[in-house]
Amino acid sequence: MKMTNYIIRRLLLIIPVLIGVSIIIFIILSLFSPEQRAAVFVTDVKQLRNIQSVIKKHGLDAPIYVQYFRWIVEVLHGNLGWSKTAERPVLDAFFYFLPNTIELGLFSAPLIILIGIYLGETSAVYRDKPIDHLSRIFAIVGWSLPSFWLGLMLLMIFYGYFSGLLPPEALGVQASLVVKSGNFVRFTRINTIDALLNRRWWIFLDALRHLILPVITLTIIDCAMVMRIMRSSMLEAMGKGYIITARAKGADERTVIKKHARRNAMIPVVTVSGYLFAMLMSGVVITETIFDRKGLGWWWARAAIQLDIPAVLGAVLFNGILFVLTNLIVDLLYAYFDPRVRLG
Amino acid sequence: MSPELLQKKEKIRKRLEPRIKELKFSLSRIKKSPLSMVGLCIILFFAIIALLAPVIAPPKYPYDPYRIPRYGYSATPKPPSWEHPFGTTEGQYDIFYGVIWGTRTAFRIGFMVVGSIMVIGIILGSLSGYYGGIIDEIIMRIVDTFMSIPTLILAMALVTALGHSLDKVMIALIIVGWPSYARLIRGDILSVREETYIEAARATGVSDFGIIFKHILPNAIYPLLIMASLDIGAMVLTAAALSFLGLGAPIGYADWGQMISFARNWIIGPPGKPLAYWYTVTIPGIFILLFVLGWNLLGDAFRDILDPKLRRK
Repeated sequence: MKMTNYIIRRLLLIIPVLIGVSIIIFIILSLFSPEQRAAVFVTDVKQLRNIQSVIKKHGLDAPIYVQYFRWIVEVLHGNLGWSKTAERPVLDAFFYFLPNTIELGLFSAPLIILIGIYLGETSAVYRDKPIDHLSRIFAIVGWSLPSFWLGLMLLMIFYGYFSGLLPPEALGVQASLVVKSGNFVRFTRINTIDALLNRRWWIFLDALRHLILPVITLTIIDCAMVMRIMRSSMLEAMGKGYIITARAKGADERTVIKKHARRNAMIPVVTVSGYLFAMLMSGVVITETIFDRKGLGWWWARAAIQLDIPAVLGAVLFNGILFVLTNLIVDLLYAYFDPRVRLG
Repeated sequence: MSPELLQKKEKIRKRLEPRIKELKFSLSRIKKSPLSMVGLCIILFFAIIALLAPVIAPPKYPYDPYRIPRYGYSATPKPPSWEHPFGTTEGQYDIFYGVIWGTRTAFRIGFMVVGSIMVIGIILGSLSGYYGGIIDEIIMRIVDTFMSIPTLILAMALVTALGHSLDKVMIALIIVGWPSYARLIRGDILSVREETYIEAARATGVSDFGIIFKHILPNAIYPLLIMASLDIGAMVLTAAALSFLGLGAPIGYADWGQMISFARNWIIGPPGKPLAYWYTVTIPGIFILLFVLGWNLLGDAFRDILDPKLRRK
């Protein structure tokens, strides 16, 4: 019963944030002129030829609160406007670009978390030893690296110097011809997974080859945060009473670290995974732009340059929702596993 | 000297003594930590470059020193030479000039943005924590909302709306950055609001303003400084990313991020010489990396040295 109460309370907390996000988007929207705003309301490029009628139809010269409610109704109906950079409605474009971004996240998120946790733990266990200093330096340099510069340097070396070893874009010319052809079934539109399902191993390897550099870039930049949090929470956990108890009972050092310290130390890492997702999305904008992978980030960066307002505002909305949802899931899992949260 | 004046001097000395002692202690800790010394040296190095920019790289257009001089209009970059120590990038912009004056741009972005968000964060965070109730509720919901959108993406949306320029980038970063400061200050105020020394101050008739600024904030200043130092690096990095995407500084403006975007088409050299244009991307990138690294090292060391909970250990 307590758990149900907690879930309801937690779900209600989402509402103010989502309303807040919608207000932010609307405020940004109202910085534009009615002519520019019209694009947010249309679903077809033909409607844009007669802007005055769009303005009239959607009341873009009405008082601001009326406009806000009309806009919310449109959004709730799934109409986010026409994206001129993608040449399709924003919602369609979103699903069009999503697979490439999911693929990137699918490969980099586990690496970021595993490497971050491993480095953080090792560095806490061997505190003030060379390995600790080394991984701390790695973390602080990773934290300071401009992701766009790192990506370009990697391209310069692995695409330029080792002529074409690890190329940009999502697929090679030949592979993308096959992928677009009729006898390749697109189950998920995620290249690597589709290639496996179609049993085209060489396409899988080709997709993988194109993934390596963007994944490395994202991992180096983002695992610093996980490492930092893991290190400090591991240090804290190692000083707790239950560790002394475990040692006193004669447990060997590996069991103490693995079973007692690590499990407790990982809680703060799980708590920040919402922020990790947010950081990953920021990173995706840069990496996809550099490596010319046509995913969400690539689209948003182009949209921002070309004043494609509906696409940019759609990006804000999507990221707000993603953040709220990941935090919700994290909190619910947290409450499920830790009775102190749900009963407290 | 009259006895009155001596007495006054003694009084001031007594009042300042504990603070001087603490400052000396902090300085001695900074000296002992090699990483913070490295950070400090990097920042000083950049500060000297920024101050001496007109001497190191005399401007060609004195009325507009941030405009990078061009030496021709050919697209192909030219390698380092005696005349252009770091070479020229796409469009024959002098890289040396660009990175030197870009240091000033970086400091300006860092100080302006972080200074502003500190002020806004302190004001809103104090209001929120000290008065509580409905004010707190409203401000904190706004903070939650802002913190639910990734910095770069919200900044991109704001710059799209405000227009593409360096000033607009700074405004966007200020709008995006203040919430974490407000939250930090609010938390500090909540934790000390019920302390007896605050109650005592209130009982002796100190105003709300006086309590916040004289009794609460000095206790919260160190975490704030740590965050500010780390944020100068982070904000310069985000601004550079926006410039790189083409949303920041106008073309030809001395800005590190933009100089890297110039280099984007020159990652790979002509056949047989794949690294021919290495200088166009490597040099501005190293400047950004070192600048941000300096502030991060300093902030990280501050965390261990200045945090009252950790410093005496």
